[in-house]
Amino acid sequence: MSKAPTKVTQGLLHCERPIFAASVPGRSGASLPTLDVPEPAADAWPAALRRASTPHLPEVSEPQVVRHYTRLSQWNFSIDTGMYPLGSCTMKHNPRVADVAVGMGEFARLHPYQPESQLQGALQLLWELEQMLAAVGGFSRVSLQPAAGAHGELAGLMMIRAYHTDRGQTRRRVLIPDSAHGTNPASCTLNGFEAVQLETSADGTLSPDTVRAALDDEVAAIMITNPNTLGIFEKHVAEIAEMVRGAGGLIYMDGANLNAIMGRFRPGDVGVDAMHYNLHKTFGTPHGGGGPGAGPVGVSERLVPFLPVPTVNRSKEGFTLDYGRPKSVGRLRSFFGNFGVLLRAYVYMRELGAPGLARVTDLAVLNANYVRARIRDFVHVPHPDMCMHEVVANDQNLRSTGATTMDVAKRLIDHGFHPPTVYFPLVVHGAMMIEPTETETPDELDAFIEALRSVVEEAHKQPEQLKSAPHVTGIGRLDEARAARKPHLRYQPAGEDES
Amino acid sequence: MEFPKDLRYSKTHEWIRYTEGKARIGISAFAVSAEQLGDITLVELPEVGQSFAANEPFGNIESVKSVSEIYAPFAGKVVAINAELDDSPELLNESPYEGGWLLEMEPDDAADMENLLDAAAYTALVASEA
Repeated sequence: MSKAPTKVTQGLLHCERPIFAASVPGRSGASLPTLDVPEPAADAWPAALRRASTPHLPEVSEPQVVRHYTRLSQWNFSIDTGMYPLGSCTMKHNPRVADVAVGMGEFARLHPYQPESQLQGALQLLWELEQMLAAVGGFSRVSLQPAAGAHGELAGLMMIRAYHTDRGQTRRRVLIPDSAHGTNPASCTLNGFEAVQLETSADGTLSPDTVRAALDDEVAAIMITNPNTLGIFEKHVAEIAEMVRGAGGLIYMDGANLNAIMGRFRPGDVGVDAMHYNLHKTFGTPHGGGGPGAGPVGVSERLVPFLPVPTVNRSKEGFTLDYGRPKSVGRLRSFFGNFGVLLRAYVYMRELGAPGLARVTDLAVLNANYVRARIRDFVHVPHPDMCMHEVVANDQNLRSTGATTMDVAKRLIDHGFHPPTVYFPLVVHGAMMIEPTETETPDELDAFIEALRSVVEEAHKQPEQLKSAPHVTGIGRLDEARAARKPHLRYQPAGEDES
Repeated sequence: MEFPKDLRYSKTHEWIRYTEGKARIGISAFAVSAEQLGDITLVELPEVGQSFAANEPFGNIESVKSVSEIYAPFAGKVVAINAELDDSPELLNESPYEGGWLLEMEPDDAADMENLLDAAAYTALVASEA
């Protein structure tokens, strides 16, 4: 077993000030040609649309700009820098081969307004991706339109609502266990449904009895996250699905944790009617600062008529975009979804093939269980049995030290690791949700485990080291409460009022 | 942890001070402790005049850790809200039973006050949850 390095950084970290601080009047990064057309008249624009003063733009040279942003980027931590065990987020390596495909002119220079006859290759790719995703989930069809996981949820719930409306029913309630993802109730509310929370049983799964007690003819659907946010497989999902279906409801599954079941369990096979796929989690596309993402949604036969438009259809003549779907919930996004992201996921699936995707699952689950089995010796793991792709620990054993989950998370940064997800799921007090993913080596897992062990030991001996962490970052511990209560949303040079 | 003896409590950690037809409501020092919600950053309250059923969510409390719903401890109508919390949500941490009160409600049935927990029962509940 390798020993965790005691020192993980010894480089140059620039103390970068805001770029405004480097501004010198008259300095410029670009040489604009002299104006050779008449200046517009002073009243060319309505007074209300004209600025009263010039904007505060920094006056700096091009190399200053380049260095500024490069230095700031070096403050960042990313999956390309180190292990990023952020539970529920599946921060795994994005294979670089996808970049090759995305850079190919045949894809990069496509325009969505080109006629279908010139887009046959792209449409074929979308059609094949749909078939592959449908095969993984066990669904009849998949819409590639949604631009993010929560957008996929929204699409799924819109279809569920349309399904009930089409049958002349107005079912208003959606059942959601307390171990589901936090976006689920929000998606319900956005669709005019009322979210009804169900309590998880002591073993961390949803019991069929709990569902039975909440079922009536007002229930439109149940939304299950499987495996749930405790990292536990909902083993009663088939029975629950049958029960809800029997009461006239539909079954939505949050596919955010697909990395734990892909190739081994198909939600469609147990009666799930809709599920979104987070391509940026399971299928190796980047988690880019808020986008672009992709959250395709797969549906059972019952929901096919309500799919968003357009769908890609195949005929003898080739591939066409189908907008003529009378019961469709409509358009969810411009053009055909985030094509560049879909292309990356296509490459990922073709590179691995079906056996490779199943092996991803096996290794993701193995890695999480390896971490679980080893950290149990020094942190509390509320559900200590076999987990899926992530394991939830908490700070119960640290109560006497005064150090909390947040302090452990901050101190882990000093060891060169991104902290796990903290204080989620809410059903576990002081939760640390660790998802190592399949792309970490055993050495890296050991290094993480030893780092966590050393932080926990330190909590007992020198808790103040945790309380004041992180120590080696460019910026130390932030006052998060103050930042949230009194945020400064706009840079103000010293001595100037907000204008 | 000790709780004021002159207050009543709900299982969802609201406290209730009932005087002459009106009940002032807040959340307990346990709820806002570092181990529970921690530093409160935003409070969303209902409008004056709104009515709620018992146990119905009537607002949200956001902390550095999470967003939590707060629940009406009994059926009734909102007659006042603590507007100071808009600018100073930290009052909930600093003074949970005085400056950090949330709102005042008129109960539909004053007898409901008797069904709330007293300090001893609430202390026992907290001991079982901590």
